Amino acid sequence: MLSSSHSHKPAFRHLLAGDWLTIILSAIIITYLFQTLWSHEHAAKVQIRIGDKVHAAYDLNQQRDITVRGSIGDAVIHISQGKVRFAKSPCHNQYCVHQGWLTHNGQVAICLPNQISLELIGAQKPYDSLNY
Amino acid sequence: MQIQTNIDDHRIAKLAAFAIALHMIEAVVPSPLPGVKPGIANIVTLYVLLQYGFATAAWVSILRVFASSLLLGQFMSPAFALSLSGALLSLSVLWLAQHLPKRYFSAITLSILAAFAHITGQLIVVRLWLIPHASVAYLIPIFAVAALFFGFINGLITAKLLYNKTHPSAPIKSAPDSP
Repeated sequence: MLSSSHSHKPAFRHLLAGDWLTIILSAIIITYLFQTLWSHEHAAKVQIRIGDKVHAAYDLNQQRDITVRGSIGDAVIHISQGKVRFAKSPCHNQYCVHQGWLTHNGQVAICLPNQISLELIGAQKPYDSLNY
Repeated sequence: MQIQTNIDDHRIAKLAAFAIALHMIEAVVPSPLPGVKPGIANIVTLYVLLQYGFATAAWVSILRVFASSLLLGQFMSPAFALSLSGALLSLSVLWLAQHLPKRYFSAITLSILAAFAHITGQLIVVRLWLIPHASVAYLIPIFAVAALFFGFINGLITAKLLYNKTHPSAPIKSAPDSP
């Protein structure tokens, strides 16, 4: 019997020409999704929110420290030539500080205990990514 | 009072029970990212579609969604809405895709298309109802990769099950036939 001699063929024997087409097209669509939705352009501004209000937006092309008063104390936000980070925060776990530098459009750092969030935005906002 | 049932009803019930069991197994397996699940119950939907036709597959899929949500205590919750919207959209896509020529497109294509439809249906609900702002946009590529990966794996399993059904290659069975 033919079938018994081929009983241990590789798993890919089930793939037909159309299946390969589907897989290749899917891969192309996924690549496109990554390119459009994961913006790799550098951000122009940082928007600082305290609670549910926008506190301020700063240009990233500068070197400065900003002190912002959150709900439990003062946080220091460090802007340095196209990137931004939490430098100091009064929060207990310091997740926001450990998150480090933010550089790309759409990136966010949120300090929940202190209710301060940073969001990087481009010249125009690609999409609205932080609303409460 | 007795409800008259026929052989089709019994078959649907049996297959739906099997799909529900797979759904339950998956519900207790932790997922690395919320929303990313292999969707092994869809293997049953796909198998039924190719073996018994679209109507049976639709029954099995919808029954599975309702019964599983009742068993998990999620009926009418967001999880149920996600499950139902995913199932409905993937059934619509399968309804169209079942007409693809079988010579070139196997269960693997159907499975991948259904997986993409499933995640699309879920994202529509997330966008319109659960999280009405677009922070999920960042996750779409990850969901898409998961849909392709798990859609492929589920399709491969379905193709293998169907192949084994139509080509019983067990040597014991085929031995008397051979000259």
